[in-house]
Amino acid sequence: MYNAGKIIIGLLIFVGLVAFPFVYSGGKATAKPDPKVDTPEILKLAENERKCVEPKAYMKGEHMVLLNDWRDWVVRDDNTIYTATDGKKYTMSLQNTCMKCHSNKKKFCDECHNYTAVKPYCWDCHIVPKEKET
Amino acid sequence: MSINRREFLKIAGVSTILGIGGVSAVNSLRNRVEASQISPSPEALVAKRWAMVVDMSKFKSEEDYQRCIDACHRVHNVPHITDNPKHEIKWLWKETYEHAFPGNEDEYLSEEIKHLPFLVLCNHCDNPSCVRVCPTKATFKRKSDGIVMMDMHRCIGCRFCMAACPYGARSFNYKDPRPFINEAKENLEFPTRTKGVVEKCTLCYERLAKGLKPACVEASNGALIFGDIEDPNSEVRKVLGARYSFRRRPELGTRPSVYYIF
Repeated sequence: MYNAGKIIIGLLIFVGLVAFPFVYSGGKATAKPDPKVDTPEILKLAENERKCVEPKAYMKGEHMVLLNDWRDWVVRDDNTIYTATDGKKYTMSLQNTCMKCHSNKKKFCDECHNYTAVKPYCWDCHIVPKEKET
Repeated sequence: MSINRREFLKIAGVSTILGIGGVSAVNSLRNRVEASQISPSPEALVAKRWAMVVDMSKFKSEEDYQRCIDACHRVHNVPHITDNPKHEIKWLWKETYEHAFPGNEDEYLSEEIKHLPFLVLCNHCDNPSCVRVCPTKATFKRKSDGIVMMDMHRCIGCRFCMAACPYGARSFNYKDPRPFINEAKENLEFPTRTKGVVEKCTLCYERLAKGLKPACVEASNGALIFGDIEDPNSEVRKVLGARYSFRRRPELGTRPSVYYIF
């Protein structure tokens, strides 16, 4: 093999770089995100009223689509009331509807967004509810 | 393995049907939110075209102006930037006669009017030049009531609208406005803006949807009159029908919706 020394050193550096994240994290998987829905606002509601605008599975997978639609409907189309599939009416607003129940942005939004490395720019403008514990 | 034309077409046909069927099945699960599920708020104030009349005779003291300006800037979390006049954010502000009505200055104009500050804001033009130039439609004229709106989500900060607006009604966020908002007075029900977007008066669209008049009108003690200019029985039309009024730079053909009376 020509240039064996250089090639082997190069290979070692490459393997080192690739393996670095695994070694650095100690070989453990990052803890699974566990978003919390136990805010005082939600706990205040009666057991059968503790549900989101749409079913949980839909909100989990498609909340970003819903928020995008809400934003366009409110800002561009002058509509503010959303009738959910169960017939209940909501005012379409991230700050005044979603975050009134989910007042725990850190434990609700950031938990999964950080895990999946998603950086939505909502909070550049929308004001985050004041949280007691940090 | 060889395959004849007949078998190939069969396989291709079946997989096409499966493919299209699969996609539409997945899509029907995804897009469960239908446009028919939305409606305007029943308590919203509605008009064909909103307009405002500024009764300058009722602005007697500094405090009369400041009350309106403060009310507006507080509800909309408008930052108070004083260190650089170019960075200033203005929704509703005072302007001298020569700046508010350029071309109308008369050598022998009464001193009183010459030095009177005029309360100015976005004119919500019927033919808005800012809307024509916006490349992303971030600023647009609302079809329902003629408000010239800003969609901050779409604004890319190109500032074409600022160049196009003949009234200087638009302000650009050269820096993050958040540190310049008094946190104790912050309105938690309304967003702030971010660095790199243009902002201006939105005629309190969020208050109109709740059935409230704009914040400045509410705070003005009758000095600002607000109503539907296309309704002959509205308060604005009655005032405009009874008294002489003028608008800022009507010669430009933007047809402003803000009128001034003395």
